[in-house]
Order: sequence, then C-alpha cells, then structure tokens
Amino acid sequence: MSADYPAALETRNLSRAVAGRVLVDDITVQLRQGEVVAVVGPSGAGKSSFLRLLNRLDEPTGGTVLLNGRDYCAMAPQELRRRVGMVMQTAYLFPGTVAENIAFGPRQRHQAVTPEAIASLLERVGLPGYKDRDVNKLSGGEAQRVSVARTLANNPDALLLDEPTSALDEISARGIEDLVLSIVHERRMTCVIVTHNKLQAARMADQTMIIEAGKLIAVGPTKELLNAA
Amino acid sequence: MLHELTSSLGSDVVVGVIQAAGAIALCLGVVALCRWFGVNVEREAASSMARGLVQMVIVGTILALLLKGSLLIGILILVGMTIAAAVTASRRLPEINGALSSSLCAIAAGAGVVIIIMLATRTLEVQIAMLVPVGSMIIANAMNACAQAAERFKADVVAHVGQIEAGLTLGADPATTVAPYVKSAVYASLLPRLDMLKSLGLVWIPGVMAGMVLSGASPVYAGIYQFIIVAMILAASGITGLVATVLMRERIFSPAAQLTMHPHGDTLANPSGVVRRRQA
Repeated sequence: MSADYPAALETRNLSRAVAGRVLVDDITVQLRQGEVVAVVGPSGAGKSSFLRLLNRLDEPTGGTVLLNGRDYCAMAPQELRRRVGMVMQTAYLFPGTVAENIAFGPRQRHQAVTPEAIASLLERVGLPGYKDRDVNKLSGGEAQRVSVARTLANNPDALLLDEPTSALDEISARGIEDLVLSIVHERRMTCVIVTHNKLQAARMADQTMIIEAGKLIAVGPTKELLNAA
Repeated sequence: MLHELTSSLGSDVVVGVIQAAGAIALCLGVVALCRWFGVNVEREAASSMARGLVQMVIVGTILALLLKGSLLIGILILVGMTIAAAVTASRRLPEINGALSSSLCAIAAGAGVVIIIMLATRTLEVQIAMLVPVGSMIIANAMNACAQAAERFKADVVAHVGQIEAGLTLGADPATTVAPYVKSAVYASLLPRLDMLKSLGLVWIPGVMAGMVLSGASPVYAGIYQFIIVAMILAASGITGLVATVLMRERIFSPAAQLTMHPHGDTLANPSGVVRRRQA
C-alpha cells in the first residue's frame, strides 16, 4: 500500500469465531488515510463480518484493531463508532423527518446540528430541500443518501460501507458511488467498502482485499489484483 | 389442622363430587361431538380433566390444612408461588442469559411492592386466608405481565436489529436504540389489565366480588374492593413489565455495547465483550 499516509485503521491478527465456526481468521492489514479499500470475495466469505469488527459492532475473539495507532478496546464504543462511521446495506432510517435522522448522531453527544449544517449536508448528498421530508416517502436511493449524510453528520475519520448499493438500481448505485468517492477524497477519510461486485471495486477502490473462508487471500492495488484474478 | 381437614370434608364435598361428575359428563359429551366432526381430543381431554381435578383436590386439601396456619406459612407459600411464576415466565426466553433471575426480580418487585402497600394500608388483612388467595392473584398477573413484556420486547428487538445497530453505529447508547421497544413492551404488558379494568362490572363480575356478596358483604363495598384488587393487579403488572423489560435490555447488549440477540442466532462467542488476545 501507499506509504504517503499513516495507517488510520490497522487490524492485528483480527479473528472472530461463533459457535466454533471461524468467520474472520487472523487478518492483519493496514488501511491508510485517504484511501478507498474494497473488500471482495464470494458470499459467506466473511467480508461483512470483517467490516463489523472494524467498528466493534461485533466482538473479536482474537486480535484487535488500532485506530490512529490506538487500540480500539481502550476507547468507549460510542466514541469509536462516531469516529468509524458505517453505512449499511439497507438505510434503516429512524421514523421521522430527514433532518431528525441527520441530527441523531450529534444529539447522542448533546450537540445540536444547525439548520444550515443540515441543509449543507443535504446539498452535499444531492438532496437539497429534503430536510422536512418524511423518511417513509423516500426512494431507496434517496434513503441511502440520507444514510450517508446521517453518518457524515458525526464527522467520522473513517467510513465503512457494507454493500451500500446492492439494493439499488444501476443509476442510483452509480450516484452513491460518485457521492462516496467525492466525499472521501474531500475529507481525506479512510473508506472500506464491502462489495460482491468486482466492477464496483475497480471503479471505486485504490486497494482491494480478497477474503475467502474468513482468511485474507490477497491485498494490493485494485488494478493489479483484479487484473491478476 | 386435622380438624380443619375433616371439617372441610363435609356434605359440601359430596355435593361437589356429584357436580364434578356432571361437569365431566358434559365435557365427555362435547368430546364425543368433536369426534363425530373428526376432532380427536379424547385422550388429551381425559388426561386434562383428570389432572385438573386431582390438582384442585390437592390444592383444596392443602388450603384446608394451611388457612388457619401461621402467617409465616402464608409468606412462604407466596415466595414459592413467586419462584414458580418466575420459572414459568423465563421458559419463554431460553436465548437470554439470566432470564430466570430477571423474571424473579421483576415478579418479586411488582407483586412484592403491591402486596406490602396493601398490607400497610390495611386493604389486605394480615391473615393467611386473605393473604394467600389475593397474593396469588397478584403474582399470577405479574407473571403474565412479565411474560408478555418479555415476549414483546424480544419480538420487537429481533424484528428491528437493523435499526438498533444503525443507532449503535451512530454512537448511540444501547438504551437509546431500544427505547421505542421498551415502551411498547411495557404497554403490551399493561394492555390486558387496562382492558380488565375498563370492562369491570360491564363484561364480567370477578370472583372476589361474587364471593363477598354471597358471603353477605355490602354489594357496593364488594364492588369497590374488587376495583381495588384489579387496580393493584394493574400496578403490579406495570412494575413487573417495566422491571422485566429494563433487566432484559441490560442483558441483550454486551459490555462493549454490541447487540447479542439476532434473529439468525448469531450470538457472541464472547459475550463478555472482553477481547481474548491471541498468543504470539
């Protein structure tokens, strides 16, 4: 990987087993600031399980993760998850308006989000004027954009994306890809995207990790790795 | 004690046996009718009736022996009922660690607080003959409230794993992410008791009032007393439902604020939240 940036996220012998079944097996990798890293592999390979360990949504049964050099077990889970934001496959918006969803994260830390900040975020994700919309009336693509804006409202250092476009049509999916890339480059965030789509990995990622049966099979520049595969 | 038992075996018991035989005959007639329609419940109906009759005769015999006993025996009976109620309620939550202790705490809190208040305000006389029947009614309703709250909470959490984890990923405390489901679980546990209170006297006249009127008490006082009992049942159910749900809420998250209850049974291999580091 590029040596231009310090490792923002680093996994050390990261493993997880549930009821004797190994989901993630001894993965050690460095994810640098400002890079987009795709995680690819067949269904059930452990891609999402790996991603869920990065913000401690699941507990490792071995190894750990360092965030900017600091063991994440030493951090409060709430603070860790604010700094390592996650966008899921389904948007899972909370009942209410778009603005209420965007303000959810900061409100957990008793921080108010100004109407201007909400308007700016919505503008950034391509949904100007949506703040008072009921989330039940959004399309799939719009909901996922709100989900991205809601995560960005926490000002995270890293962004985890778990197949964020798999439920969307091609046009909406490309829109989300472009949005994520522009925001990640603009904010110089570390971004990890799980995808089963190698073309999407090729379009988005600087680096790619190939995971099979929970093991890290290969990691390297996306073009080299996917061409070789 | 023996005198109490023999005195309870008077002519009433003979009449009761004849009446029970009549009830059994009617049930057998219904079973035969069911069989004619292809519904075969003979064996289950026979075993249920035999079991019910034997259980009630045993309970009647024990009560005949105990109702004139000391208050301590009454308290022990209520404690035993509370434990049995907790065991029954916890069987609905096999996937939750500590379901029995949570159920026990919830039922003991709900029923205990209400019974103590009733004793302190003399709504309930300090006599075993009053304490055990009224206490058992309150404990039974607390048990139902515990089971209803727990089942509703579990069902809501399993149905909303995505929303809950979305909240967690945004930095919310576990309690915040399940707050809507705590509310709905407590409400679900109260709803049958609220309906009971609303329909009191309109749809049904409960046993306590009927018994008091039959034994010569003022019907108005009997009605008021019955209201008090049902209101106390509502209070006990509310406390039980609340305590049960809050205790469950604490148990479905790990110390690292991870949801440990998933619909696909992917519970944490290491629910303590403590990372076991691999040896180098």
